Amino acid sequence: MDTASWDLPLIWAGLIAFAVLAYVVLDGFDLGVGILFGVERDPECRDVMVNSIAPVWDGNETWLVLGGGGLFAVFPLAYATILPALYPAMIGMLLALVFRGVAFEFRFRAETGWGRTAWDLSFLLGSTLAAFCQGLALGGLLQGIKVVDRGYAGGWWDWLTPFTLLCGVALVVGYALLGATWLIWRTEGALQHRCRRYARMLGVATLSLIAVVSLWTPFLHPRFTERWFGWPGIALTSPVPILVALLAWLGWRALRDSDSHIRPFACALGWFVLCFAGLGISMFPLMVPPDITIWDAAAPHDSQLFLLVGAGVLVPIILVYTATAYWVFRGKVKPGVHYH
Amino acid sequence: MFGLDAFHLARVQFAFTVMAHIIFPALSIGLASYLAVLEGMWLKTGSRVYLDLFKYWLKPFSLVFGMGVVSGLVMSYQFGTNWSVFADKAGPVIGPLMGYEVLSAFFLEAGFLGVMLFGQEKVGPTLHFIATCVVAFGTLLSAFWILSVNSWMQTPAGFTLDADGRMLPADWLAIIFNPSFPVRFPHMVLASYLSVAFVVGATGAWHLLHDRRNEAARTMFSMAMWMAALAAPAQILVGDAHGLNTLQHQPAKIAAMEGHYQPQDGAALILFGIPNNAAGRMDDEIAIPHLSGLILTHSWSGHTPGLSDFKPEDRPPVEILFWSFRLMVGLGTAMAALGLASLWLRWKRRLYDHTLLLRASVLMAPSGLIALLAGWVTTEVGRQPYTVYGVLRTAQSVSPIGAPGLGVSLAAFVVVYLLVFGAGVGLVLRLLADPPTPGEQGPSKLPQRVAGLMPGPVIAGE
Ligand code: HDD
Ligand code: HEM
Ligand code: HEM
Repeated sequence: MDTASWDLPLIWAGLIAFAVLAYVVLDGFDLGVGILFGVERDPECRDVMVNSIAPVWDGNETWLVLGGGGLFAVFPLAYATILPALYPAMIGMLLALVFRGVAFEFRFRAETGWGRTAWDLSFLLGSTLAAFCQGLALGGLLQGIKVVDRGYAGGWWDWLTPFTLLCGVALVVGYALLGATWLIWRTEGALQHRCRRYARMLGVATLSLIAVVSLWTPFLHPRFTERWFGWPGIALTSPVPILVALLAWLGWRALRDSDSHIRPFACALGWFVLCFAGLGISMFPLMVPPDITIWDAAAPHDSQLFLLVGAGVLVPIILVYTATAYWVFRGKVKPGVHYH
Repeated sequence: MFGLDAFHLARVQFAFTVMAHIIFPALSIGLASYLAVLEGMWLKTGSRVYLDLFKYWLKPFSLVFGMGVVSGLVMSYQFGTNWSVFADKAGPVIGPLMGYEVLSAFFLEAGFLGVMLFGQEKVGPTLHFIATCVVAFGTLLSAFWILSVNSWMQTPAGFTLDADGRMLPADWLAIIFNPSFPVRFPHMVLASYLSVAFVVGATGAWHLLHDRRNEAARTMFSMAMWMAALAAPAQILVGDAHGLNTLQHQPAKIAAMEGHYQPQDGAALILFGIPNNAAGRMDDEIAIPHLSGLILTHSWSGHTPGLSDFKPEDRPPVEILFWSFRLMVGLGTAMAALGLASLWLRWKRRLYDHTLLLRASVLMAPSGLIALLAGWVTTEVGRQPYTVYGVLRTAQSVSPIGAPGLGVSLAAFVVVYLLVFGAGVGLVLRLLADPPTPGEQGPSKLPQRVAGLMPGPVIAGE
């Protein structure tokens, strides 16, 4: 088979984008559950919330490893410039994930009330900070990274701007919405009822933030403006806001209908997918704005091909057993059913 | 911070995070295999004590695994944050290997871990056993890939260099099975098994010291002692092969480990001494004539290299290597001695009530982990001053990041790790302080059958 003519960087960009999207929606809802610890105080409800994600969070986070590891493997230049550029945000995220990741186990093992409160707090703060830092990182990447001679050439705080702060807040709110709608799906009774209320408020907030970020992004670089408002880009971009509005309407109706369980979650997921598509429209074919394209950042053909063979076989298998794991733990999570 | 520049801060930070990480994988690898054996024995013999032990060790395992995951997540980003030039240059070769690790091992572990930890009531015993085995296999697979990466950095092979000094893959099999991989992988797997054997053995011994009749404590102690008796001597043999391999590919490292400043024929084995770099000799040494040459060349007056064969800027730091190597070998010898003693006492039928053996086992609890860390220090410090041996220097690998940022993040890592992992280790120790009891609590039920369904995996009700 002659592979020399394949556009491997393009295929890989698609795969990495898929991994990042999988990460955002999967870890998004479980970080969101952590963020909702901020408003949900009842110990029994908190146990149910944690139990709804305990069996799957590790798998969800592995998509983040794939995003990072994949970038290292097939776009080393992107990996080597983005991470130093966003250093404080990345370190903040990692440390936050440390706190949050251990809290799952530790909170059930803590023997004193004080210990439990401390681990609950670290679950809440870790989840929130991780989400916020991811938003900062996303914003920092979008607004562009200064690269000279294959190395990061900007300053320490370049990534910190009003735009990135806005992205940070938007992601926290958006993840909380995902978390609330996940809990509507997976729980029942009073907790589910309260989550419907949270989801309505979070939905409005998320929609407003999506609007602001979307209006701001095209003006970060002339290239983005052209893409969104110039012809033929506009043919591709105009359906995005329309679909967002449609999902908002569907989701709103589902939240008012007490027989709907999975629909609000599906609508929230839809929003994330659309926003991600919008992001792709802005960025393509850039990997590290404003200058480095997918092809500039790509590893040599052999490296990309070697891993692509593995990915082609393994990613479908991963999807199957991940889905199986979700299936094993399907159904409403009941209070008093402790996995621990 | 502490007068260190960005380069040294990056090194300290990497060394600190990776050494904290490796403790947990070593335990996860060993415990996952141990749990698979326990569950298999339970299914095979139906003996309750194996199920009790399975449930008893599942709890510490879940804590250790969780800490391994979060500290590992940090590692996968450290290459980019701290060693971005290295990542750009070596990425085309080692990146795909780490990609394979994620795709083939991490997802496997994560995907089946939920079932292993929480699923005993949801899937039948057979499926649950399969999940346990898959997790155990996943940890070994992950060790396979990451050790291939690390071995390649020690003994790079199968690549070419382009004009910018970027490494390009030429032969993937040569890259994966590079010259030091075949010894490093078994050495590390044995090290993980030994680490767990001594932790399990110490736990069993501790409870036996309080109650000689505790059935589960007896069983775990006996299993651990079998492991020690078999794996410790095997580790010495593999370690010897490892040394020969290093002599062939990284002679400067061997010279530093042995404390040989001059090349010699029939070199002595230095048991103790103080490296004196300024004078280029060992002070106050206690040595056994000819033994080092004999071990390394398997001949009475074979030739071994000395540090003076290498330019000063190509020498690894002797003071660290000399001691870390002795620490590892000393502990390995002590482990083998304990294992052999246990064989003797087992033969004499005094395994469970020989107080000295039990006390010694409690004392040896951390010996595996300490030897493992000492081994990694030997390997990594001995690779200096290179990240990719002979190809890319450490000083040229570092990210363009300022010292203040690295200093602050290093401090944050130290504080958070001590706090979080300190608490985690405390929780593990508290779990182990409780003796295993018959009918051990845990996420399990006896095999269940639902009328009308085929035998085999039975999904219990929602
Ligand atoms: C000998 C084995 C070994 C070694 C040398 C390392 N690791 Fe590790 N790592 C494992 C063996 C392991 C494991 C057994 O697979 C872990 C430990 C516990 C666990 O959850 O998986 C793991 C977890 C783990 C994870 C989380 C996986 C997940 O999400 O499930 C990441 C991202 C890394 N490691 C990355 C690294 C990097 C970048 C290393 C090099 C500096 C490294 N590990 C050294
Ligand atoms: C997991 C067990 C490991 C341990 C305990 C370990 C230990 C260390 C130590 C102590 C150092 C610092 C040496 C010094 O600065 O003098 C170091 C450096 C380094 N190690 Fe490892 N290492 C491990 C695995 C790995 C693996 C698997 C890789 C590669 C994939 C790796 C790559 C590096 C790199 C890039 C450096 C930085 C260069 C340096 O300062 O030496 N290490 N490691
Ligand atoms: C007792 C005899 C032993 C000998 C002769 C021996 C020998 C060696 C040698 C030569 C190295 C390689 C350094 C290098 O070239 O990179 C090494 C590394 C290492 N050793 Fe040992 N060792 C022994 C026991 C142990 C024990 C008991 C453990 C842990 C339980 C252990 C754990 C390690 C680890 C984790 C490494 C680093 C990874 C690697 O390079 O394999 N060793 N050992």
